[in-house]
Amino acid sequence: MTPAFARRPGDASGTISAEPGTTDLAAPAGATSAAGTGREPAPPSGAVAPDAAVAPDAADGLDGPTAIGDAPAAGRGRRIVVAASRAVAIRVASALAVMLGAATVAFAALALLPGDPVSRLLGPMTTASPAVREQIREDYGFDRPLVAQYGHYLGQLARGRLGESYQLQQPVSALLRDSLWPTAQLALAALAFALLVSTAIAVSTAGRRPWLRAAVSLGEFTAVSVPPFWLGILLLTLLSFQFQIFPVAGADGILALVLPALTLALPIIGVLSQVLREGLERALREPFVVTARARGLSQTAVRARHALRHAALPLVTLTGWLTGNLLGGAVPVESVFGRPGVGSLVLAAVQDGDMPVVMAVVVLSALVFVVLSTVVDLVYVVVDPRLRTAAGVV
Amino acid sequence: MTAGAARSVNGARPEPATGKAPAQAPAGSASLAAVGAVAPAVASARGAPGGSGASRAWGAVPGAPWGRAGVVGVALAALVLGLVVLAAAVPSLLTSRSPTATDPVGALAGPGTAHWFGTDQLGRDVYARVVFGTRSALLIGFGATVLGACGGAVLGLAAGLGGRVVDQVLMRLADVLLALPPLLLGLLVVAVLGGGTVEVMIAVAVAFVPPYGRVVRAETMVVRRSGYVEAAVGTGLRRWRLILRHVLPNTLGSLLVLATVGFGGALISSSVLSFLGLGPRPPEPDWGSMLSEGRDFLSVAWWLGVFPGLALTVTVIAVNVLGRGAQARLGGGRLR
Repeated sequence: MTPAFARRPGDASGTISAEPGTTDLAAPAGATSAAGTGREPAPPSGAVAPDAAVAPDAADGLDGPTAIGDAPAAGRGRRIVVAASRAVAIRVASALAVMLGAATVAFAALALLPGDPVSRLLGPMTTASPAVREQIREDYGFDRPLVAQYGHYLGQLARGRLGESYQLQQPVSALLRDSLWPTAQLALAALAFALLVSTAIAVSTAGRRPWLRAAVSLGEFTAVSVPPFWLGILLLTLLSFQFQIFPVAGADGILALVLPALTLALPIIGVLSQVLREGLERALREPFVVTARARGLSQTAVRARHALRHAALPLVTLTGWLTGNLLGGAVPVESVFGRPGVGSLVLAAVQDGDMPVVMAVVVLSALVFVVLSTVVDLVYVVVDPRLRTAAGVV
Repeated sequence: MTAGAARSVNGARPEPATGKAPAQAPAGSASLAAVGAVAPAVASARGAPGGSGASRAWGAVPGAPWGRAGVVGVALAALVLGLVVLAAAVPSLLTSRSPTATDPVGALAGPGTAHWFGTDQLGRDVYARVVFGTRSALLIGFGATVLGACGGAVLGLAAGLGGRVVDQVLMRLADVLLALPPLLLGLLVVAVLGGGTVEVMIAVAVAFVPPYGRVVRAETMVVRRSGYVEAAVGTGLRRWRLILRHVLPNTLGSLLVLATVGFGGALISSSVLSFLGLGPRPPEPDWGSMLSEGRDFLSVAWWLGVFPGLALTVTVIAVNVLGRGAQARLGGGRLR
């Protein structure tokens, strides 16, 4: 692949051409497909990037090395479309595979539950007669074989039906709808905050100001060692109870969002800023930095405009971790700050044995993971021009 | 044409199993071992391979920052951890009070000479409870790490040696588990098993299995092609003996380093679950549940929210410093 990138003439300025670390190149592309696709079958997923990347390359080979820029437009265009649609098809298939897998895991949990499902559904304080119990058993399909129940569950899921909560006598989708927005607010605020702060930290400390770098490293190390919910308790004690700046509980208004978002963001910052800084330091050793500096750009401008793009590349591998942190972290954070949301919904459901809700949240978080991976892939194409030409998006 | 090119590329690639084996190469480890884990990026970024997957737990551990002061840090961490282990083993050595004796009159008294860390809403001594809570925290964290490592070893060996179909099935399952937030997996396990000490242990361990399994699998793929395994096969060694005597021990090094680093994360994860009220039952002192009980009294008793968490955090930091040290020392030699 290396020659293809090195050869392409107008390929995006001096920022990348003679980059020795071309393995990095393969990494984001491969990782993109791997992370996003959830890697349905391994060979295709591993091959997505190379395929897509190589397609134009093969064309080059045919048309002769001189014709790279102006290869016969029609044939090339068709090939690009084929490559792109192939990539899209693989991506969709593997996204579906992840969803199917998550649904299966959720159903397996339900199937593994000990005890009679009808008693579980009715709760311990029931006085239902045997006839009523039989009726329920039939209505819910508990009397049917497991495979049939599984098929029924998948069918319902495919139609967007998530079932009905055992405890709250409401459709799970309605419950989710109500709690989705507060959690989304929390997660997005935390994500924005984390990206902002860690970028600022990375840009200001990468490869300079040794004392500051050491201090920040220490901070990062502490940030990932502190249990997030304890941090939340500390913030709550200090800023809500002692100084009464922020509300103690609830999700009304911006003010109520500050502390939870901060709590959720801190461990993320601890990791992100480290990854970004290491990426930056690697990028700053590249020849294009010298070129840019020679053109008269300031240190910070080089970092912000040129090096940061390179530093952001490893982030794609963090998508899954990030999703997990935002969604999983929301549970204790919402509990500490008394916020409504998916986290407190699923926690209550686990405590009450309300399986439909738990299962729905599992499927939902898989969906979020799949969507986020796709978004990150798209962002990547924007960040990295090499992928744009290579993947045939342009 | 494109398809042809694609096919030739596929053809040029080694078969999937070997294609994945070089998960050792930086690019490979970033793209293949990555989904849920931070560490590959961190690890490949610094060229230290040990971290892949360890950070699957909620607390990921980037490098211990201190370079030359490292010795001091490690010594200090060892001291702290020694104290923590002592508290877990013989709590009565560090406090003469009972962690469960209530005293309604002296409830919610602030920290002072009588009660170093104050008392809780039932008048129980917080210091004694913190000391006695050490055992459950360490036990759950350690148990979860061991369970996760064992599960990972089994998964990785099965995937690495079981043939292509087994490998594919197990790795796709691992992918799905990696796509879910670890805490949610833990909650799912608790929903099935119910709350409690052992249940939390399992719930935390489940999230560790897929990333550990991947690392063991990658190691296994390398080991099984090595000369000494071939020689052992040549001597007619039985399959199980071969696996236990030759393959397993040679994959253990990286797993051990991962588990050391993952221990801190396991401590945090289990404390989160017990903070959520799913851990050890109430009268038993536990840091997580102390914090969750204290949550309701923060307006009048800040110490209830501070000291159990401080104990937990100091322990986790000590563990992480030592884990990092071990990784720096062992990881470089053993993993590559």
